[in-house]
This record gives sequence, C-alpha cells and structure tokens, in this order.
Amino acid sequence: MSTREYVAGSVANYVDERTGAAAWMKKNLTKVFPDHWSFMLGEIALYSFVILLLSGTFLTFWFDPSQREVIYDGAYQPLAGLKMSAAYASTLNISFEVRGGLLMRQVHHWAALLFMSSMVAHLLRVFFTGAFRKPREFNWLIGVGLVTLGIVEGFLGYSLPDDLLSGTGIRIAEAIIQALPVVGSYLAFFAFGGAFPGEAFIPRIYTVHVLLLPGAFLALITVHLMLVWYQKHTQYPGPGRTEKNVVGYPLMPVYMAKAGGFFFIVYGVVAFISAVASINPIWLYGPYTPGQISAGSQPDWYMGWLDGLVRMAPPIETHAFGHTISWNILIPGLIIPGILFTGMALYPFIESWISGDKREHHLLDRPRNVPNRTALGVMSLTFILITLINGGNDIIAQQFHLTINQIMWFSRIGVLVLPPIAFVITKRICISLQRADRDLVLHGRETGRLLRMPTGEFVEVHEPISAEKAWVLTSHEQNAPLQIEEVDHRGVRRVGAIRNRLRARMSEANAQSAPKVSADDLKEIEHH
Amino acid sequence: MKRLSRYRRHRAAGPVLLLFALFSVGTTFSMASASNRESVTPLARSAAIDEGREIFLKGCSSCHGLNAQGSVVAPSLIGVGAASVDFQVGTGRMPMADMSVQASRKPPVYNAEQVAALASYVSSLAPGPAIPTDSLLNYERDGSTAAGGELFRTNCAMCHNFAGQGGALSQGKYAPTLMGVEPKHIYEAMVTGPQSMPVFSDKTITPAEKLSIIKWIKAAEAEPALGGASLGRVGPVTEGLLIWTLGLGLLIGVAVWLATKAR
Repeated sequence: MSTREYVAGSVANYVDERTGAAAWMKKNLTKVFPDHWSFMLGEIALYSFVILLLSGTFLTFWFDPSQREVIYDGAYQPLAGLKMSAAYASTLNISFEVRGGLLMRQVHHWAALLFMSSMVAHLLRVFFTGAFRKPREFNWLIGVGLVTLGIVEGFLGYSLPDDLLSGTGIRIAEAIIQALPVVGSYLAFFAFGGAFPGEAFIPRIYTVHVLLLPGAFLALITVHLMLVWYQKHTQYPGPGRTEKNVVGYPLMPVYMAKAGGFFFIVYGVVAFISAVASINPIWLYGPYTPGQISAGSQPDWYMGWLDGLVRMAPPIETHAFGHTISWNILIPGLIIPGILFTGMALYPFIESWISGDKREHHLLDRPRNVPNRTALGVMSLTFILITLINGGNDIIAQQFHLTINQIMWFSRIGVLVLPPIAFVITKRICISLQRADRDLVLHGRETGRLLRMPTGEFVEVHEPISAEKAWVLTSHEQNAPLQIEEVDHRGVRRVGAIRNRLRARMSEANAQSAPKVSADDLKEIEHH
Repeated sequence: MKRLSRYRRHRAAGPVLLLFALFSVGTTFSMASASNRESVTPLARSAAIDEGREIFLKGCSSCHGLNAQGSVVAPSLIGVGAASVDFQVGTGRMPMADMSVQASRKPPVYNAEQVAALASYVSSLAPGPAIPTDSLLNYERDGSTAAGGELFRTNCAMCHNFAGQGGALSQGKYAPTLMGVEPKHIYEAMVTGPQSMPVFSDKTITPAEKLSIIKWIKAAEAEPALGGASLGRVGPVTEGLLIWTLGLGLLIGVAVWLATKAR
C-alpha cells in the first residue's frame, strides 16, 4: 500500500466511523439517472438559482435599501446633482464605482431571466411528457409554487433599484392591489405604509427579496430534488425500459462529471451574456418620480403576459355603494391569473379524475400519444403568447411599423379565438403523427429507391424499421374511455348524473387516438 | 445534377433549402423594391421670397393651396413660421411621400438654400416662430445635462422613450427617434409642435431649458454602450427575447450535446 492510499484510506475510515457515510454513499453514488437533453432544463434552473444566490449576495454588500432622499454626486455625470433615493444612488454606485459591480448586476439580472425561462421550459417538458402523473403530483405542485414565487421574486428584484421603470411597475402593482374589492385600498396602505410611494416599500420588499423568498426557494428546491431522488427519475420509453426500472448511467462518475460540467457551462453562458449585453440600464431610466413615465414601459418577460392582459382589458368599472370596482384591472390582473395558476396546479388531479387512471407512471408519454393533453398545453401556450405579444404592443408597433390599436384588437379577439383553434389543430396533428407512426411500423421506412416492375409499374422500396424503433412506436398503452353506467351494479341510479355524464364525455375526448399497431395488424401485414 | 441529388435526403437538406429560399426571396424583393432617387433641378436665383413662392407653387400648393391657405388634406401654413418650414422640409418630412398617418423623416427633397427660400416665403405670409440662430443654439455653453434629463423625463420620455429612441402612439402614429437629429431641428420641433407633438412654448419650457434638453439628448446619443450591447434601449422586451433565444438556445444546445455524447 502506497503512502497516498494509506492516508486516503485512514481519512475515509475516520469519517466513516463517525458518520457511517460509507454505506449511504455507496448506495447513492451508484444511483442511476436516465439520459436525455430535456432532463437538463431543470438543472439550468437550479444552477441559475445558485448564480443568483452568489451574485445577489455580492450586490447586498453595497446596495442601500432606503428611500431616503440623497443628492447624487457620483461618477455618472448626466445625473449629477439630482435628488434621488439612496436605493437608486447606491445602485448607480454599484454600476459605476464598485469594481465589477455592473457585471455582477448584469449577471444577477440575466441569471434571473434565465432562471424563469428555464423553469418554464422545464415545466413544459414535464407537462407534455406527463411526468406529473402519480406518484409525482406533489412535485408538480412544488414546481408550480416555484414558478409563482419566481415571478414575485423577480418583480421585487427589479423594483428594488427605484429607477423610473421599477417605480412604474410598483405603481401598477399598487393599482392591482387596489383593484381588490372592499379591502384593496386598505391592503395598499398596509403594503406601502401609507400613500404611494411612501418611504417604507423599498426596505420592506428588500427583506422579502433577500431573506424570505430565497429561504422559501431553498426549502422548496430541496424538497423538489429529494422527491426526484426518492421517486427516481422518469424515462422515455425504449427497449428494456419499464415502469419498474431506470435505464441510464450512475451518478458517480458519469453524472457527477456531466452535472458539474454543466454547472460551469451555465455559469459561463450567463457570464458571457452579461459581459456582452446590457440589461436594465437604470442610469438611463433616471430616478423614480411619480410624475414621470417612459414610452414602452414593460416588465420583465415573465410578467409580460400579465401586462398584456391588463393592456387589452376594455375600460369597465362599476360604482356601487360608494365603492368602485375596476373590472378592467381586477379581471386581467387577478382573476385570470388566479384561474390559470389554479388550473395548472390542479391539472394532474383533473387528468387522473377524467381518465380514471390511478396507477403509478415512470415511463414518459410521447406528446403525440396523448393528443388531448398536448392540445391543451398548446392551447394554454397560445393564450400566454398572445398576451405576451400584447404586453409588448408598443415596441412591436414601433419596430414593425404597425399600429398599437391593430395589435390590441388582434390580441383581444385572438386571445379568445386562437387558443381553441390551436387546440383543435394540435389534436389533429397529434393523431396524424400517430397514424404516421402506425404506417412506419406496418410498412417500414421509405427508402427513396424506385423499382420498375416487369409489368412497367413503379414501386418505392420500403425498409422495415429497427426493432428498437418499433418498440418506441408501439409500447405505449391506449386506454379505453371510462364507461360510467347510469345505474350501479345493484341497479340503483348513481348520484351526480350530470357530473358523471360530463366526466364520461371528457374521458372520451381524452382517449381519442389513432389505434396503435396491434399483434393482429402485424400478422395481417405478414400475410400480404 | 447527379451529385446534388445524392444529398437530397441528407439531414441538412431541408434547412439548407429553406435558407436558400429565404435568401433568394429576400434578395429579389430588395432588388425589385429599390427606389430610384430623382436629382433636384437647380432653380434660378431670385429674391428669397419670390424663389420660395416659386418652389411652393410647384411642390406644395397642390395640397396646401395656391395661397398656403390649406385644404381638406393639408393645414393652412399662414402663421406657422419659418421654424416650422425649416423642420418639416429640412428633415425631409415635407413634401410627404404618401398620405399615410404621419410624415416620416427621409432624405430632404430640397437643399438648404431652397428650404431657406421656402421658409422666408411662408414667414412673409404672417409672423410665426423663427428659425433659431446658431448663437442661440449654443447648448454646450448654455445647457445643463442633468437638468435637461429631468425635463426630458418629465416632458418627452412618455412618447420618445427614456433614452430618446422613440415610441408608438395610437393608430399607427409614432414619436420618432431623437438619435441623430440636428439640435436646430429638435429646437424647432419643441417650438412648433409638428404632427402629434404638442407645442412647448417659451413659457412652458424656457429657451435655456430647451437647450438643456438638447444637451441631454446629445449626451445620451454620445453615451457609449456602458453595459455591453444596448439591445435598442427599449427596455425588457428585447432582454426577454435574448434570454429565450441566445441564452436558453445556447444551453439547450449544450444539453443536447452532453446527452448525445453519452450514447
């Protein structure tokens, strides 16, 4: 035994005798993870969160979360001598005088945008592949919670510098709070510690932004990952992959190297973008004054859809019993987002209720094999995309020489008409793709080689596809829709007739698919 | 031909063909839509007003009327002043290219002398705001950048955007970008209120304050992109676009690469 081995062995033994880590490590370091690029979207979110923690901590060293009025005497001359809040002045200080400060600010903000977009991309992957099904419903709920908190955290973050744009955003948030019937104005007074803008808001949201929400994120992310660990990762269907195994590579050394390397790549990409592209140039926005506003005031993209909804709302208000109810803010600002997020959170439970499927699933769906869910996802995406477009309507109008009014009317009508159309089209595409799969299995791949038969007829030569591919195309299950009889087995009429009929109809729509290749089909084709 | 057809089922064939088609359509379009620029015929020298009147009758009267009294399609020019003519014609907005919602900036049709002649003709009809002289426009000496920034954010940013990049107004109208606009024209626009813009009279914003605004605009124009590429200085819309395309695009590319290598 060499000296090195001896020392390493002694150290390992020392630690193991005191912690018993060896057995645990042995078990967990060999844990197997399946390999697919789409499983790394969540990793991007996790790594950008780590970047956010690190860069955010750096920023707190110099940021002064105070609305105390100061006179600016820093390096940026176009603002010299202006009155502003200490929060804004200290952000200018970070940008222009702290070494590496501007880069770190940009790293923090770009990482925040990346955090949100990778979370949404990850959420879409989970949705379209059905990874939220039993036993992973709780993790889906945690994920929805993380996205929601992410939106709030991001909003608070870009509100902190107290520049003209963030002040505009806070003003809109105040309006949305005030739109709550009866309690709205009291809540707004409570949040702002008096009338807008007051002096309390920035210090308050600072505490929430750097303490409360990051703590909540840490806790939720930990539970999220522990559940993934415990429940094991889902995998795409393929030969040898079943509901009872995980086919992939062990954590040590393959995933240690991959995930570790990927972390540095994510950091590298964020640092690269932060070094070459400006984000939130607060010195150009100027300090916040309630009397000022800029053309094209938009929130960050993850709030853009909300802004778009508010922008397209027709001006409807009612006055009753001395109260004003602003439907034009209440509906797009609170009710629709509430419905969307509740629907998203409950979707796994709704789907399982409709299909009657209470089994565990560890094999993922190919999106085409679940036409109804895929269509529903595309429908929701279409809705969000149109609201997002309307959120940037003035920038789009300016850049593409369109008129705001046209874009707004397109969005107002489109937001109601296009999602259902997207649903129908997606469902048809999915079923067509299923038929194409069926064709591929039964008749093989078109080779592009033409043969002329002795009779003069031209035929294209088809080649059978590989057994692996045929497995992927045929291994999914197709379940018949629920049959809910009006009377139960004792001949007693069931309660909730309307609900049952609705459930049966939805179940039927949910199960609509092109029939997959069966053994009989294959026998028949061999017979030819 | 045979060599080409060997690749027609190549994986890259579809994307390459698409790129080629896009390129050829774009090139054809830009060639077909290229406009011919007409050269300006020099006019005989005359007394400034007479010469201006000549130009007016030829180039402007069909819309603004033979006596500049205006018509259904164009406003009266009596009393708009020399500053208005210098702005509208000097920036190429007048004569209008077409009867769209707003006259847009384009290379001027008339040269400086002709613009001056037109301006003296129009200002001879009735008094109005005059063209600011060079000595009045010494914004470097008489303006203050910081004060100009405050005035800009209070009075201008709501249409022209926080960095003077311009913005959209209703029904296809827009506030144009202020980047690369001559100080004289900015001043004239404030005094005369062209198109959708309100008039900022000397009582609302004093001449010294106007110079401060100009000084700030010029400072914003000259400001280097401090944090890297400016992304158009239009706020978070382009930032969001960048993170979804370049940011997430790059990382998904890497993820695909990482997952492929393991096979």
